Formats: sequence, C-alpha cells, structure tokens
Amino acid sequence: MVTLGHYLIVSGILFTIGFAGVMLRRNIIIILMALELMLNAANLSLVAFSRFHVDVTGAPDYNAQVFVFFIITVAAAEVAVGLAIVVALFRLRQTTHVEDITSLKF
Amino acid sequence: MSAFLFWIFALLMLVFGAAVIINRNPVASALSLVVSFLGLAALFLSLDAYFVGIIQVLVYAGAIMVLFLFIIMLLDLRGEKLRKINWIASAGGLAVAFALMLQIFSVVEKFPAAKQTFPPITRSTSDDVHRIGLLLFNNYNLPFQVIGVVILVATVGVVVLSRRETR
Repeated sequence: MVTLGHYLIVSGILFTIGFAGVMLRRNIIIILMALELMLNAANLSLVAFSRFHVDVTGAPDYNAQVFVFFIITVAAAEVAVGLAIVVALFRLRQTTHVEDITSLKF
Repeated sequence: MSAFLFWIFALLMLVFGAAVIINRNPVASALSLVVSFLGLAALFLSLDAYFVGIIQVLVYAGAIMVLFLFIIMLLDLRGEKLRKINWIASAGGLAVAFALMLQIFSVVEKFPAAKQTFPPITRSTSDDVHRIGLLLFNNYNLPFQVIGVVILVATVGVVVLSRRETR
C-alpha cells in the first residue's frame, strides 16, 4: 500500500534534485528550472498532507490546496521576473553563465 | 489509485527531474521539465486533487514552460561549451545535497504518521473547484487580493526590465 511516507520521500528526492541543480549548474536558466522543481516538491507534500487529513465531512483538507494555488501563482510571477532579468543581463553581457558575472564579488 | 501507477509516475517524475539538471542542452532540459511536471500532475490526481492537477498542467506545463522555451529561443542558447569544471565546488555541492536528502529521509522515518495509509474519503472530490473557490473568497480573501497585487507588480516589473534603454 502507498503510505503518506512514500509521497513525502518522493517529494524529498524531488527537492534534493532541484537543490543539487541550483548547487551544481552554472547556467542561470537551468538554475531557474531547478527552483521550479523545488517549489513543486513543496506542492507535492502539501497535497499529500491535504489528502491525509480527512475532515468530519469526509473530504480532504482544502486549505492546503488553496496554499498550493498561491504557491503556483507566486512561482509564475517569479519565473516571469527572473526570465526578464536574464534577458536584460544577456543584453548587457551576452552570457547566462553565473561565473561570468562577478561584479558583486568581493 | 494503485501502488503500481504511483511508482510509475513517481519514477517518471524523478527520472525526468534528474534529466533537467543533467542535460547540457537547455532545450532538452526544458522538455524534460515538462515531462516531470506531467508526472507530478498525475500524482496530484492520485491524491484526489483534481483542480491542482489540472492547474499544474495548464500553468506549469503550459504557460511557464512556453515562457522558458521562448526565452531560450530568444537568447539563442546552444549547448554549453564544456568548461573547466571546478571539481571541489561540484563535490561540495553534491555532498550538501546528499546530506539534505539523508536528513529528509531521517525526518520522514521518525514521523509516526508517515507509516499510515491514506484514510478513505467518503465525499466525492469532483467538486473541489467549488470548495477551493469558496475557501479562496471567504477565508483567504485578503491573501487572494495580495496575490493580485503581486502579479500586477511582476507585470510592471517585467515591462520595465525588458524595455530597451534609449537614452
């Protein structure tokens, strides 16, 4: 049988993949994609807990799904702003490689 | 939903999620991300969350991925040239990610509810759009309006950022 723990483990592995992507990759667009993976891992565990907590009327807890709705909305706005920054940066420096952008490096 | 389908879609999601960060070609990464999100949407459906699953396909696999592909096309990114890899930094990053995964595993292991199966739902969830909408406009009205402002600010910010300086 599939338990709550299975979903939490799968969500944890997905989060780790996204985290490793942010740590290892040097292309800003790939880093943004890895951020999306991490947000989706959080969504998966929220929905799993929503299904796990069945209230007295016998329906899942919809508060968590409202929260997932908010997360998806914020993620969409974040991607739009992030990609606009990438485009502005590319226009200025002709690169999307983080090691080529060191103006703020001490 | 049977355990077999759960494992199929979980593996699909994880394998293509890993492909996102392994591929050197950004277009291949973006397409792997679409498949990963579709697997995730199937997992949402397996949890009786129909609205969230459909939103996942429409917003992520539809809108956000088109945005990514559009930017990749706009910037005309080829596969990256193989640069000198900083092995110490890569090993450090992998070690931190691995430690994070072990920590998540140990937390889930110690969590008593994690070993329980999902309780049966007696009420159909096919009207969850209705239920979520009611919650959104009653209990979460203020956050809903704040989200609207966030989207407005993001839209204005994107226009300002991508405007070409003419001075």
